[in-house]
Parts: sequence; structure tokens; C-alpha cells
Amino acid sequence: MSEQKTGSSPQVRKRPLGNFLFATDPGSVRPGKTALNYLLVCVAVIALVWVSLGLAGISVNFDFVAQYRTRIWDGFCMTVGISAASLVASLIIGILVALGQGARFLPLRYLCDLYVKIIRGTPLIVQVYFFYYIIGTAWGVDNRVFAGILILSFFSGAYIAEIVRGSLMSLDPTQLEAARAVGFTRWQTMRYVVAPQLVARTLPALTGQVASIIKDSSLLSVIAVIELTQTMREITATNYNFFGGFLLLGALYLVLTLPIMAISRHFEKKLDYAR
Amino acid sequence: MRVKLEHLCRSFDGVEVLHDISFDEEVASLAIIGPSGGGKSTLLRIIGGLLAPTSGSMEIDGDPIEFDEAALRNYRTTLGFVFQDGGLFHHLDALENVALPLRTVHHLSEDEAQSRSLELLERLGLADSLKKRPAQLSGGQKQRVAIARALAVRPRLLLLDEPTSALDPEFTTEVLDVVRDLKDEGTRFIIVTHEMGFARHACDKVAFLYDGRLLEHGDAARIFDQPQTAELKRFLSRLLEWSI
Repeated sequence: MSEQKTGSSPQVRKRPLGNFLFATDPGSVRPGKTALNYLLVCVAVIALVWVSLGLAGISVNFDFVAQYRTRIWDGFCMTVGISAASLVASLIIGILVALGQGARFLPLRYLCDLYVKIIRGTPLIVQVYFFYYIIGTAWGVDNRVFAGILILSFFSGAYIAEIVRGSLMSLDPTQLEAARAVGFTRWQTMRYVVAPQLVARTLPALTGQVASIIKDSSLLSVIAVIELTQTMREITATNYNFFGGFLLLGALYLVLTLPIMAISRHFEKKLDYAR
Repeated sequence: MRVKLEHLCRSFDGVEVLHDISFDEEVASLAIIGPSGGGKSTLLRIIGGLLAPTSGSMEIDGDPIEFDEAALRNYRTTLGFVFQDGGLFHHLDALENVALPLRTVHHLSEDEAQSRSLELLERLGLADSLKKRPAQLSGGQKQRVAIARALAVRPRLLLLDEPTSALDPEFTTEVLDVVRDLKDEGTRFIIVTHEMGFARHACDKVAFLYDGRLLEHGDAARIFDQPQTAELKRFLSRLLEWSI
């Protein structure tokens, strides 16, 4: 929002909270300076890790990568695939549940509410065991990958429902009345007013949720879904190179999550047209 | 335009906020005044087809208005509505705020909608702000865009619900000037306002709403010079207390 207002005296823009908390607006630093400082921080962090490894007397080697590269690649692809499928499914679940929480039919509303509370209130690992060994066994879901996607979707769906519901509640009601006043039908109001604003408001948080899904998919290793984490557990169980294996594992997750976080930040800036 | 209201009542959750409103006048410019919570906005919403009365009937130019949603939507497309604040679509720029309803509701072509919106926005002094979103506009500019959007559909009646109550004094004047100019060009309007100077000098007729009842209505000069009811006398004298 760098555009300057023209015309009759401009209204004073409210200072973002960031300016209050930090000395300067981070966005106003020159790009060259940003890159240099970032590099400095990265070097410092890597040095700290290196020194820590040295002090602990651990020597890290990544020799195993060549030997296991197909398995690591397969695991990586499995993680991406599970995450992508879960994202789609959890989006559908999340939107439906968010709408359900506002339903006039009370049992539906309370069901959606209870679902969100239970999922958000319990650890994912409990849900994984519960769904897979009890629900899965009872209803004959024995494909681990499919079960994994389902579990992750229901888990993430609750969080997405909260994101969507929050955005719905923050829509300015006067706009909706204005939409009626100009003669929009309910459908047109949805199509031209609610949907675009909802997308803009939820997109930054949703991309953040994608990063969470990717990380949370690692817990599916407990039911032996051969995704990235499980692959690395199996490899380190045979070659005992735990430090190399898990450092690589972390790095591979970062390869996926860092760009997503950057995209999230980008949306946040681009779609910020305030209230 | 003949506006005829007969025994209009409106309740919210069993509490009646408008009691038996009857009104039958030729309206060119009408100000609805009265203390806050008196039912002014509710009455304007009923006249504007945004709200159905609990009971009673309404006729515009002799046509009875049906209060089912489909009929009301058709009726609303013949009017222009300006809200106190926040009536613009936040994700669209000024030009698109005006043009979108023209295309989608009134089925104008892309070009027609564009040129009509441009012309209006320029006339209201917003030529520099066409591509700005509401958050980038001042309060006065926002209300002028809202007025442009309301006028773009060539409404038979313009309805303004406290269009200046959320504005600083300088923007208030800016917006009221626009409304006065529109009146001089022949636009008919009903305004809910706390700006007594505007009600008195720019409006032909004034209606005084107090506690959900239409206590007095008539020519602006008569209402302000010879108030009949004790409530209106007290209301006007209180307003004078801090005037220059």
C-alpha cells in the first residue's frame, strides 16, 4: 500500500502494528541490504550447528545418499503426494464444516463444532492410532496410504474450517446489505462479493496450513506409510547414521516448506486491501 | 414522486420499533430527522425495499409494493442506496464498484458500463481515484463513490442513510454539496440526517421521527419555524445549544 492518496485532504492511515513493535518497517529496507543481512544470519546459524556438532563429538556424513537415493526420492514423492491429496480433501472438509457451523439445523451445527473441538484438542498421533487401528479396522480401511490421507485430511480440515470461519465472520455486514441494495441475488452476492474477499482473506493462512500438512504427514510414519520420514527411519535403522539421516530429513522438509512460506508472505502483502 | 405509507409497523424480535407510520406526500427531497434510535434507518430501509414491514402497506407513484424477496429485489434495482459507512465493496476499485452492478444487474455491455461509470465519477470529482480501492480513499471520497454507484443505475429515487455521520466536518460539507447539486439537477432523494442546516435549507420536506412514531412532517420551513409537538421543540432546542 505505497500509493499516495490524492484529491481533497487524505485521511490519516493507521500505522500497522509492526511499526509499533519494530523500529523500522521491515519492508522498507533496501533489497541488497536485506540479502546481505540474511546471508549473514544463515552463515551464523550454520556455524552454530557446526560448532555444536563438533562439541558433541559427532561427525556427520551423507555417504548413504548415493546408495539410497531412489528410496529417498520415492519417500519424498510420497510425502508430496499425500500432502497434496490431503490439502484438496481438507479444503473441501474445511469449507463444508465452516458453513455447517453457521447452519440453521442445530444438530449439524453442533456436530461441526464438536468435530473442530475434538480434532484441535487432541494430538495428531492419538488421532492417527485411533483412526487407523479402531475406525480403519472396523470399517475395513486397510490401505495405509489411503488411511493416512484420510486422517491427515480430517486433522487439517478442522484447522481450515477455523480459518474459513474466521474470514467469514470478518466480512463487513454493511457490504452484504449494499450488495442487496444494488439488486444482487444471493448467488451474485456470493460470486461477486463474498467469494473474492474470502479467497483474499484465507489465502495467506491457507498456504501456511499447507506447510503444516507437509510437516504433519511425517507422523503417518507411525502406521508405516512409507513417506519421507518412514523412509529415513528405515534407512537409519540399517546404517545407524542417525545424525546424517535426520539432518537430511529436516533439510528435505525445508525444501518443501520454505518456498510455501514465501508464497504465503507474498499473498499476505498482495491481497492486503484492509477493511 | 408520490410516496404513500399506510399504517406501517415493524418489529424486531417482538419489540416494535416503528409504530403505525402513515405518510402521503409528493417527494422531491425529504429529510428524515429525529433522535438516534427513533427508527429513522429502519423506515428508510423499508422505503428502500431492504426490509419488509411487519404490517402495513406502501405505494410508490400509485404502485403498491409487494414485500416478497423477488419483488423487492426488482424494486431495489430502481433505487439508489447510500449507507453511512462501508457500503463499498472492499476488494474492488472505485470504477469497478460503480460498473459491476451495471453489468451484472442491469445488463449493460462492458463499454457502456465503463463509460457511464467514468462519466459519473469524473463529475463527482473522482477522476484521479478511479483505480483506488476503498481503503485508499478518504471518507468523503468513499461516500462520493457510493453516491456515484447509486446514481449510475439512474434510480427514480436516491436514498441516503446518514451519509455523513462517519465523516469529519470538512468531508461532511463535501458530501452534502454533492447531494445539493444533485437536487438542483432534479434528482429526487430521501435522506436520514443529523445535519439540520442541510435538512432545513436543501430539503423541501422534513419528517420528524421520534421513538418509532412519525410525530410531524411537512415543509422544511414550517417544521423548523413552527414546531408543533413538544418533542420536536425540545429536539430542535437541544441542537441549538452548541451552535455558533
